[in-house]
Amino acid sequence: MNNFILSPLGFLLVLALYLIGALDSLVFYKNDRAAAVSSGVFATLGGITGLILSSAILLTGQTISFNFLNLPLFNIAFNIDRLSAFFMAIISLVATVSSIYSLGYVKHYFGKYNIGTLGFFYNAFIAGLIMVVTSSNALFFLIAWELMSVASYFLVVYERHEEKNIRAGTLYFIMTHVGTACIMLAFFLLYRATGSFDFSAMRAGAGAITPALANAVFILALLGFGTKAGIIPLHIWLPAAHPAAPSHVSALMSGVMIKTGIYMFVRIFIGIMPFTPLWWGIVFLLIGASSSVLGVLYALAEHDIKKLLAYHSIENIGIILLGFGASLSFISLGHPILATTALVASLYHTINHAVFKALLFLGAGTVVSATHTRNIEKYGGLWKYMPKTAFFFLIGSMAISALPPFNGFVSEWLTMQALFGGIATGTFGLKLFFGLMAGALALTGGLAAACFVKAFGITFLARPRSPEIKQVKEASFSERLGMGILALTALLLGLSAGPFSRLLGEVVQNLKNAPLEKMTALSLPISISLSMFAVFVGLVISLIVTYIFVRIFSGQQKVSHGRTWDCGTDLGPRMEITATGFSRSIITVFKKVLQPTRETATAYCDDKRCYFPKESTVHLELHDVYDSLIYRPFGSLLALISEQTRKIQSGHINAYALYIFITLIGLLFYIAR
Amino acid sequence: MTTSIIIWIIQLLLVPALSPLLVGITRKIKAKLQNRQGASCFQPYRDLWKLFHKNEVMSEDASVIFRFAPYVVFAVTLAIAAGIPLLSSIPIFTGDFLTLIYMLALGTFFLALSGIDTGGAFSGFGSSREMLVASLTEAGLVLSLFALALAAKSTNMGDMATTVSGLSSIAYLPIALAFISFFISLLAESARYPFDNPSTHLELTMIHEAMILEYSGKRLAMMEWASANKYLIFAFLGANLFFPWGLAGTLAPFAIIGSIILSFIKASILAVIVAVIEGSFAKWRLFRLPKLLAGSFILSLIAILLII
Repeated sequence: MNNFILSPLGFLLVLALYLIGALDSLVFYKNDRAAAVSSGVFATLGGITGLILSSAILLTGQTISFNFLNLPLFNIAFNIDRLSAFFMAIISLVATVSSIYSLGYVKHYFGKYNIGTLGFFYNAFIAGLIMVVTSSNALFFLIAWELMSVASYFLVVYERHEEKNIRAGTLYFIMTHVGTACIMLAFFLLYRATGSFDFSAMRAGAGAITPALANAVFILALLGFGTKAGIIPLHIWLPAAHPAAPSHVSALMSGVMIKTGIYMFVRIFIGIMPFTPLWWGIVFLLIGASSSVLGVLYALAEHDIKKLLAYHSIENIGIILLGFGASLSFISLGHPILATTALVASLYHTINHAVFKALLFLGAGTVVSATHTRNIEKYGGLWKYMPKTAFFFLIGSMAISALPPFNGFVSEWLTMQALFGGIATGTFGLKLFFGLMAGALALTGGLAAACFVKAFGITFLARPRSPEIKQVKEASFSERLGMGILALTALLLGLSAGPFSRLLGEVVQNLKNAPLEKMTALSLPISISLSMFAVFVGLVISLIVTYIFVRIFSGQQKVSHGRTWDCGTDLGPRMEITATGFSRSIITVFKKVLQPTRETATAYCDDKRCYFPKESTVHLELHDVYDSLIYRPFGSLLALISEQTRKIQSGHINAYALYIFITLIGLLFYIAR
Repeated sequence: MTTSIIIWIIQLLLVPALSPLLVGITRKIKAKLQNRQGASCFQPYRDLWKLFHKNEVMSEDASVIFRFAPYVVFAVTLAIAAGIPLLSSIPIFTGDFLTLIYMLALGTFFLALSGIDTGGAFSGFGSSREMLVASLTEAGLVLSLFALALAAKSTNMGDMATTVSGLSSIAYLPIALAFISFFISLLAESARYPFDNPSTHLELTMIHEAMILEYSGKRLAMMEWASANKYLIFAFLGANLFFPWGLAGTLAPFAIIGSIILSFIKASILAVIVAVIEGSFAKWRLFRLPKLLAGSFILSLIAILLII
């Protein structure tokens, strides 16, 4: 069994299961129910097999490596080391859970959209994701990357009757291909220096990379993979595209797909590059800080629940990059132990974010399909109608707000400690810089908690804000099972902080040519320790003691139910706090950054005198600074250049002959020089 | 390990036992400053006892969160109290200062949710303001305590206290700067002037009291008690981390009793300062508070840069 799992055949089995799932969905094209079951079941099987395979590699440290179709430059080559296996484990975990969830979730599409195509692209998408993190040939990587991008494009535009989704899809398609262009250029530059498209050969021949070339590759890869990861300001497609897809796909896109960018950052900048200038780390830290703070601020201003979650993905990518940037800086500053700690923190947050973001997207999916709206101002009081979904969403909210004892806490704690290490070892300027980064991380954590008090509170607590809420039913069994598994994983990843971070230490150890040192608490500049077990037991004991206290002190008193204090008026749903009202004060504090626009309109009973207002509306919106400051100027520049070059296109054949002639002369001079 | 567990359990029980007294002292001094006689320092105990024996009215709109939140909020303060340096400066296994800050956030999270849960017109705004203040406080609080950790080369609060007590007066200067930053966070986190008015019942201005507006009976008692615990925890942190002299280094009974008494006296001095501030300032506008909190962040950043 073990031999089979850890062989190329085991890996091919995983891909084959997704392939069967994809083709099966097409076979059952006409039958919605059969297509849903077959695509969901095969994707689940593929996910479980992938999870077993990748955990076997993670635990044994064995590498699976094989290839076929050996053409010059191009071959289909896979190399699954521990880093690949780690990302494959994340993909497989989220894929398994999303597929289980999809069994119940896709029912609301029956009759409206074709389930066969959904199943086909869904399975193809997961297979693409797996191949992206396992391929070892740059050209084959690009094919897998393209498969992933195109399949996810079709999933984004799946609900094609809504025009908004088509627009989101187009924006995604353009952005992702601009990114791919940068990635191709980066690979070609690497090929020029090292003479191979194979990642391990690139690493072996990395000595030939010059600093100038390395910097060029850095910028191109940052733009290319950064677009996929959704760093600010390349993020504009993300909050549009992720919410448009069906929710189990959003879970995969937000939880997993954006992480492929992180995977390649680690692979190239730590795995391949022979040296690391300090400014690379600084750039990543700056991007991380701005993405995390801005991401959470935009999330606070957002009232579309899936868009809110998408902005939180940007925030969490920022936190991951804070860890990664710190790691790069420590490598260049010569602190291998701190570099390991920071990289472990960043990878830990990668898996944590995948788990709780998938959980939150699945929860949001259930809520959206039950209420038929994504606007959280229309929710309210859902706890009473779907208590289990609400409970799982609460766990997800606590995990993403970095509250103990869940997993988000551990990785933010570790990231913060890595930044502290930077303060403790750096020179004066670096101290200040790392201090600001730590401040940004702390601010992000606080704002994220505020945002999830809003998201959870407005959605599930208080009174329903619209009459439709009262018809809402609890989620189906498969949906609850999917969310339950993720909620449990979030707790377990939190409690097993020690063993898991040691495992991650093994993952990163042999990444660099000169191995990174093992992480031990004592060898850090500031000694740190965290016993999640003690924290958890401490919280449980405190709860028990609290219960005993209440038992001792309180007498036999009655609990009666009454109405919420209403100041003598009738409490309508509009008198509860709204999502806009909740985030209003924070937006006002950060108005320089967010640039909110506010419109108020009041209708009066007496039109002429305006003494008795009948109703008054406030419309609060954020000004899209990226569109007006970056993308529009860039677009008009492009249009201007095209306009100018059009002048040489006269349409006369003799003019074109002249152009050819001039070019030939020019080339002659160039060669004869 | 065993000593650690013993300290942990004693502190878990000691902090809730003392916290109402500190609130009583603060109120007494504030009353004196306002030329009032004021209630006895032990009045908060009587208030809690009375609340625990009152019948409870609960909102029909409230969910499980509203019923369960007081337990979580109170339990979190206990779990935090058990990890701070109070009896001695021996490091405790949950004494990491970042863990403390994240656990505080856990309590705040449930407190704010319980405010939204009843669907009242005021309590939700209390939650919104609380989250604003809490999120802006965090950066200053983290860095002010990190200044100590940087000097101590350890993030455990026990080690931090030991190191600070051995610093020379010049090396202590940046710590004093960090203390000012910490003190601002103390005022913000324990809902004191100029952030919040702990004795107001004017709905439009309050933060903490607005959130717990719908609570009554034993759950109100727990919320009030938890808030007193938090105040005492911050006072102890300020007293024993920034002025750790006299804190026992061993577990000898006399040393421990001495350090409890001394800690409480130091905490009471902080309470006097808080009361004087409350007697002489007006509460600030909500949108002036971010500037104060930014000041706290910058102060602790300077403190960190000055530590060698």
